[in-house]
Amino acid sequence: MDNDSLKARILEIVPDAQPEENKQYLTLAVPAARLYDLALKLRDNPELAFDYLFCLSGVDYGKQLAVVYHLSSTQHKHALVIKVKTDDRENPGFDTVSDIWHTADFHERETFDMFGIRFNRHPDLRRIFLDEDWKGYPLRKDYVDEVNIVEF
Amino acid sequence: MKEIINLPVSKIGEEEYHINMGPQHPSTHGVLRLVVSLEGEIVKSLKPHCGYIHRGIEKMCEKDTYPQVIHLTDRMDYLSAHINNHAVCLLVEKALEIEVPERVRYIRTIMDELTRIQSHQLWWSSFGMDLGGLTCFFYGLRDREMILDIWEETTGSRFLQSYNCPGGLMQDIHPNFQKKVHAFLKTFKKKIKDYDRILSGNVIFENRSQGVGILSKEDAISYGVTGPSGRGSGWSCDIRKIEPYSMYGKVHFNEVLRYECDTYSRYMVRMQEMHESMNIIEQLIDNIPAGDHSARMKAVIKLPAGEYFQRVESARGELGVYVVSDGNKTPYRMKFRTPSFCNLGVLDHISRDMKIADLVAIGASLDLVIPDIDR
Repeated sequence: MDNDSLKARILEIVPDAQPEENKQYLTLAVPAARLYDLALKLRDNPELAFDYLFCLSGVDYGKQLAVVYHLSSTQHKHALVIKVKTDDRENPGFDTVSDIWHTADFHERETFDMFGIRFNRHPDLRRIFLDEDWKGYPLRKDYVDEVNIVEF
Repeated sequence: MKEIINLPVSKIGEEEYHINMGPQHPSTHGVLRLVVSLEGEIVKSLKPHCGYIHRGIEKMCEKDTYPQVIHLTDRMDYLSAHINNHAVCLLVEKALEIEVPERVRYIRTIMDELTRIQSHQLWWSSFGMDLGGLTCFFYGLRDREMILDIWEETTGSRFLQSYNCPGGLMQDIHPNFQKKVHAFLKTFKKKIKDYDRILSGNVIFENRSQGVGILSKEDAISYGVTGPSGRGSGWSCDIRKIEPYSMYGKVHFNEVLRYECDTYSRYMVRMQEMHESMNIIEQLIDNIPAGDHSARMKAVIKLPAGEYFQRVESARGELGVYVVSDGNKTPYRMKFRTPSFCNLGVLDHISRDMKIADLVAIGASLDLVIPDIDR
């Protein structure tokens, strides 16, 4: 499916999705509440068939925290980027997609570890790299660590 | 201790127990700790504990310029150092819309394939050793030495080359490069027959690997198990074929697929991939065009604001580099989707109800590199 018809199909499922500018992949920001429902449809609809989540990243945009999902279909060879964003920096949270794409399990734990974004209903949400008692979330832009980070 | 004493007599010996495999264990190939739940000798579940070698490369990248980032990528999957460099260079060149000279694309592709061969040689060595064949370790390391010598001469380094830079290569190839690559191909074509004689048709090896660690194609896709491990489950996931870069669109090679989905199948994919890599090098090595070894680049590299993604096929699977740029000379956010990290995720799933000795074989067949997991 080409990008235009793909975009039309996703806007059918989530009418308030916001297309973003990206030269490489079709990118859409969707409201956090619609994420799980959309993810399920993206995988299970035979015309979309996004069965492969090839990257899941947390991004700190300054005001907002975001999670970016890079998806592709092994059958139709099309690709898509979905973003969810939140203004809540104190207690950010999204629904987990680890039961839809199993690879998200580890990626979401990493995002939790580095950005402090919680994933609701995740089966085992613990820090993956850092110690359990580590203070703060290192990949956030406002993270301060005077001991381990040397400023030049 | 108290819980054990309070157990009814009939339950003693039946309870599940946990053992730590690692962080210092020869078959985890680095500092990885697996907490294994056992029932007798059977693995009931396992939990990987990572982070022993976590250096915060993604955080460091946010303070480094793009040419500096290259040197950090070497240290993720050190056995595919050249391919990791390649990924970042391709991303920068794509963002700046720079065409690199034809000569650079030839050399990069040859270097990538040499990297793949030496990585698979080391994997084969340690796989054999994990299953009790110490001879393999000596054979593999002996033959790998030839590739390291070629690199030392051209790049100045045997292991972490940082030979690629945005726009081209650090320096041109050594005059002996082609001659030495030919000599390596000639030697290794004879030696790889020994590899097959030692392991591939060995009854003990077959019993240890066939039917062990079954990973279906659907699970491979869902868990994102790419590279030779994914292709051992019949999933056509080779980025060199899906999104060709450098010379991969122009050379002829087969994507090796096997459908048995077990440890033996993952083993055979890597063995055949070494032949395919030699095939690719042979097509390119005599035809390297003359020209510059680098495109003209600005002194300070700034990517236009936006988001970029580059996928390449490393020796372990799909390496993805995701960059959010705000127009500065350092990336705003840099994320590496590393193959070992995703492949580790499936270990629990495929080693359940296997013997603990099979866990060693399965772990070796996934070819994990621990700094690639931790970053």
